[in-house]
Amino acid sequence: MFQIEVRDVYKSFKEVQAVCGISLTISRGKFVALLGPNGAGKTTLVEMMEGLQKPDRGTIFIQGKTWQKHERSLRKIIGLSLQETRFHEKLTVQETLRLFASFYELEDDRVNEMMTLTGLENKQKALTGTLSGGQRQRLALAVALLNHPEILFLDEPTTGLDPHSRLDLWNILKKLKDRGETTLILTTHYMEEAESLCDYIIIVDEGKILREGRLEELLDERSRNLDELFINLTGKKLNDADETIQK
Amino acid sequence: MMPMKRFKNNQLFQLTYTQFLETIREPEVLFWGMIFPVLISIGLGFAFTQQSESKFQVMVATQQRTALDSLLSVYAHPSRIQNKEALSWKVKDEILGNTEFNFIRSDWHSAIVSLKRGEADVIVGDSAGSLCYHFDPHNAQAQLVYLKLSALLQSPAEAVATTTRTDISILTLQGVRYIDFLIPGLIAFGLMSSILWGISYTVIERRSQKLLRRMVATPMKKTNFLIALMFVRILMNFVEALILFFFAWWIFGTAIQGNLGALLVLFFAGNIAFTGIAVFISCHTSKTEVGSGLINAVQMPMMILSGIFFSYHNFPEWSIGFIRLLPLTALTDGMRSIFNEGGGWMEIMIPSVILSALGFVCFIAGLRRFKWY
Repeated sequence: MFQIEVRDVYKSFKEVQAVCGISLTISRGKFVALLGPNGAGKTTLVEMMEGLQKPDRGTIFIQGKTWQKHERSLRKIIGLSLQETRFHEKLTVQETLRLFASFYELEDDRVNEMMTLTGLENKQKALTGTLSGGQRQRLALAVALLNHPEILFLDEPTTGLDPHSRLDLWNILKKLKDRGETTLILTTHYMEEAESLCDYIIIVDEGKILREGRLEELLDERSRNLDELFINLTGKKLNDADETIQK
Repeated sequence: MMPMKRFKNNQLFQLTYTQFLETIREPEVLFWGMIFPVLISIGLGFAFTQQSESKFQVMVATQQRTALDSLLSVYAHPSRIQNKEALSWKVKDEILGNTEFNFIRSDWHSAIVSLKRGEADVIVGDSAGSLCYHFDPHNAQAQLVYLKLSALLQSPAEAVATTTRTDISILTLQGVRYIDFLIPGLIAFGLMSSILWGISYTVIERRSQKLLRRMVATPMKKTNFLIALMFVRILMNFVEALILFFFAWWIFGTAIQGNLGALLVLFFAGNIAFTGIAVFISCHTSKTEVGSGLINAVQMPMMILSGIFFSYHNFPEWSIGFIRLLPLTALTDGMRSIFNEGGGWMEIMIPSVILSALGFVCFIAGLRRFKWY
């Protein structure tokens, strides 16, 4: 059974067709990148997988179950980080994690583990309103990982971060990948992020899948990297703001 | 130890606890919810309960010498008012308080300017040798000056001799002072205001920050979120009302003459009513600007019409029936009846039922349209 199965899904907002007939399957333990420029439909697709938006047409199965019938049980096995979530600014890091831990009936030990994993132990008493962008994203990741999620959705987790903070976050995700217990669906418009973290890459633009496969399957002599591949597929650059990272 | 730990990890406890922390960590909440109402009550209480001297400014724009000039030469003494030479006439009155008329002589144009600026209440002119009073008859203050001054000028010697009045018996009952009228109104208004801003605005702000969306993406029970928000707000309302009442009791001797249990039930019903309204207001929008507008649209008319600072019986008769239907009016009237008239269960039964029913209806309607993300 697939962890996620998306069958011919459509979604539109007024005049804009955000997702047009996408189908895909994701197996257990895979790290999958949804790669595409801003406005490609990545977030809409992921939010439908997360059960936060309903498709106009088509079906989505999470471990063979639909959101309509199994919302309560599915909420317990997924973890997610939304684009631009702002936590309660007057709560500390520890209080925020405790609050979210209570939704999963978890003890303080798990809260402490998450602070250690994401390097936020020194900030446990800091109000979230005082955290830097990178620290906020690490907190969002800590919240997403609290419940040992079987499926983790991260929506552009490193957008707007400086290269150092981005690498910090990648290292945490690599540790998670090494454990092999979690399936990750990551949306990004950074090709380095997809190349570095994910086993499988799905290139999306204008609500459709343009190409998908393992990195080595996607690249050839004409397309030596994902950016070149995207240019060859669409005639435009993946990321106009050239934000490459020195690894 | 284990049950305590389980309780600490309970989501309803954590939602309530964090909501409480957020509330008390907001300095503005403490100021507007606790300190500001106390300052208002102290300010207005002193302004309306002190037996101070009444001072009235009268512009004298007579063309010829009149009877007023003769009287002023006997009873008034020279002084300076608003950097102008004036004649001051003091009339003593032990019961109604002393009155001081300050007469400033000027030409007609300057007198009109003074009236427009609010520096003077009445202009005294002359017509065919007799005095003529010029003022806006709809201005209560000007009307009072006219009545007092014309009476004084008709029988000045009698007024000067009158230091005590035998036809007035001072009412020393509790609950008849302005401060007694004001405090229940301020408590009711504070309750409405803090619930509308504390619940509606908080929900809309969290929706706009996508925090609601993030929270409902967990196994959190949505009802627990709303219960925690409402519980903390109602708790804060009790604290804020107690603080305001304590200061009113301490400084002005305000007392609750009626049934305390009935007051608590009515207060709770008011909380239910405005909590329901707050949920209804905040059920759909994710724009804080729209939210502020909606809150003001609900709050402002009630603040003006429901008789918080002055009796709504000053409004036209045809509007009184409508004003009485407003939830803030029902709450304020009920609280005043308990505070000042010794009211009990009979007085609050109907308003409490209506307020609670309104709250439930708005709450259910709000939940049906509620947008979590």
